[in-house]
Amino acid sequence: MISFNKYYNHFNFISSLLIIISLILLIFKGLNFGIDFKGGTLIELRSSDVKINVSSLRDKFSQMNLGDVSVKKFGNDTDYLIKFENKDKKANIIEEIKMNLDKSFGNNFDFRRVENVGPKVSAELLKSGIIAISLSLAVMLFYIWIRFEWQFSLGAILALFHDVIVTLGVFSLFNLEINLSIIAAVLTIVGYSMNDTVVIFDRVRENLRKYSDIKIYELTNISINETLSRTIITSATTLFALLAIYFFGGEILKGFSLAMILGVVFGTYSSIYIANTVLVRLKVSQKTVLRDDDK
Amino acid sequence: MLYFSKLRILFISILTIVFVLIASSNLIKNNEDSLFNKKINLGLDLQGGSYLLLEIDNDPVIEQKLQNLTTTIRNYFKEKDIRINNIKIVDQNIFFNASEQNKQIIIDVFNDENSDLNPYYPRFKSHQLILEETELNFKVNFSRQGLITLKTSSQDQAIEIVRRRIDEIGTNEPNILKRGNNRILVELPGLDDPMRIKSLLGKTANLTFRFVTKSKEDTFGVEKLKYENDIDEAIVSKRIIISGDNLLDAQPRMDSQTNETVVSFSLDRVGAKRFGKATSKGIGKQLAIVLDGKIISAPVVRDTIASGSGQISGGFTFQSATDLALLLRSGALPAPLNIIEERTVGPDLGQDSINAGMIALAIGFFLVIIFMFVKYKIFGLITNFTLIINLLILLGILTLFEATLTLPGIAGIILTVGMAVDANVLIFERIKEELKNENNNILAFDSGYTKSRTAIIDANITTLLAAIILFFMGSGPIKGFSITLGVGIFTSLFSVYFIARLLTGLYVSRHKNKERLI
Repeated sequence: MISFNKYYNHFNFISSLLIIISLILLIFKGLNFGIDFKGGTLIELRSSDVKINVSSLRDKFSQMNLGDVSVKKFGNDTDYLIKFENKDKKANIIEEIKMNLDKSFGNNFDFRRVENVGPKVSAELLKSGIIAISLSLAVMLFYIWIRFEWQFSLGAILALFHDVIVTLGVFSLFNLEINLSIIAAVLTIVGYSMNDTVVIFDRVRENLRKYSDIKIYELTNISINETLSRTIITSATTLFALLAIYFFGGEILKGFSLAMILGVVFGTYSSIYIANTVLVRLKVSQKTVLRDDDK
Repeated sequence: MLYFSKLRILFISILTIVFVLIASSNLIKNNEDSLFNKKINLGLDLQGGSYLLLEIDNDPVIEQKLQNLTTTIRNYFKEKDIRINNIKIVDQNIFFNASEQNKQIIIDVFNDENSDLNPYYPRFKSHQLILEETELNFKVNFSRQGLITLKTSSQDQAIEIVRRRIDEIGTNEPNILKRGNNRILVELPGLDDPMRIKSLLGKTANLTFRFVTKSKEDTFGVEKLKYENDIDEAIVSKRIIISGDNLLDAQPRMDSQTNETVVSFSLDRVGAKRFGKATSKGIGKQLAIVLDGKIISAPVVRDTIASGSGQISGGFTFQSATDLALLLRSGALPAPLNIIEERTVGPDLGQDSINAGMIALAIGFFLVIIFMFVKYKIFGLITNFTLIINLLILLGILTLFEATLTLPGIAGIILTVGMAVDANVLIFERIKEELKNENNNILAFDSGYTKSRTAIIDANITTLLAAIILFFMGSGPIKGFSITLGVGIFTSLFSVYFIARLLTGLYVSRHKNKERLI
């Protein structure tokens, strides 16, 4: 049996630190919102001429008066991702760009993807994304509250907050783009992390009923160990699936799968080191669960 | 727990086979059988296509309605001999004053449920307009319900016109839907260059024929309009001879005399009569053809045109003449449309995404299968078999409901593969624990299934809740993800509790006395 409980305090300290650092990052550095949430235009280009490179493209685009333009390689050597604000909201901007590029580089470009999000829509998408995440946290809180006792509910929600905030913190730290699919990933993380926590909590509750003489500090450790191989196997298979998406699923799913991978790692960690320590700190005992059974 | 009746086995097998067959119908082309000709729809991100979100700019409509209302209100009270003064529109409100003695009469007129001036919607218990009075200054504005009715009706008209215009171009299976009360969503599968559609939808196509006047005085008023080239100008009467509503048909044509592309049109009876009368009176005058506030051309009337048909010239290319004819045939939009969101994916990127998704699925699947086999041997095989069946049933359900598969949707399927083994793992790990204190294999299996149940249900419900929230909050591709994730939960529970349990049951009852079974 591994003594997870020996490190409860250490990891609580580390988690608090991680949350604080993430919050500082989120507040002062902020998130790198993609066009979904910021508005603007995105073009994915493929060039058939190998002589064209990022800097020549960047030069060309900066001459086009589009405001702040970002030109980046995207996966393949011949693929580029161009983003700009489209401040003047010109309706036929794409056609202008096409003509401009054809004039300077010859007809060598394939516009593989074009996205244009107006300021009104992006504000709405951001709002609904925030609502979705808050709603999911509220629903989880409520679900655990009706299925378990409030101490468990609190533990699970703290673990969820930790996962969401730290995942977003990593995105802020590395300046990774937040788009619609990241919101989907965060929601799935919420579901997954909850799933992991629930399995351990279910065992804690069962053991609480079974043993009246074991303290919660010991009991959580027993429960974590009993469910440990399941925790490892399930996170492993989920990570296999996610790594497959990350490495082979194409550029578009990269951010999504990365967020999910981080979420699975943090979610597994937090089920052990946050959710359970809340039970210990709230001195949950057999009485907590038996009182509920009498009702 | 491990016992299954023959009937149940039969039922499970049939259900499984049916879903697998339905899933397989995706591979067969052009089959006629009604149950098996369903297919999973590919989302725009996979098959390529254009997604456009249009917003109706209702301000001009409201402006126009208020304009008309001012006239109506003025005439209404004039008829009743009630004096109102200083009627004017400021910031989308109508203002006027009246004397003290008329105050109550005016208020009553607006609050009468049978009022001609202010229609009452019994269904919403609301009038179209609200009247506010402060010190004999009256303010008239649309009520909330009045505004909604106005917006809905302009949305109804607009979606009809949008549909006609898109149908005229002939793209395959366009999807045109209302969003809220002032938006229209257009999905155009297979279209990788939406430029033409965008320019067609961006035009209101308000066509009028009006005389060019020299004098600045005209009973109907005049306005200065620019030509299409944005340079030349002309003063045009506000009196409309005929408008786009009078058109029966419009077609691009080659004028054999001038060798120029023109748009020929034919008018309805009313239009033909008015056109004939106007052209007979106006010989020698310039008749301006005005589209969306710009003059296309202003030819001089040489003859009376009584036939009810004519042509518009204006230096068209064949393409622009075709587009103009199309716009005129499909009618004018009630209000301008703005494209507020556009997402276009080329077909080759879509295909690349499908390929990448399939490779990722295959690799993810392979890794999970190998891992499960190494970890659980024979039970791993059972899990893997269940996983394959699970995947097929999932595809079967998506096919049955003709769900839309998107790239994030494929990610959802891959994720389901990773997470679907969870329930089996929970059960197997529990059985292992039970076997430590229990020598009877069958009893250990039984309690393994029973005791793991609450954890499995709770764990799956949490993921399902997240999927449901995503379904309602997400759009397009993300919705596809929530569908595969959510359906995947049901199929994995079905396959774990019926198929996997049946197989483990069979195995365990044959190896009742084997030690270290799992």
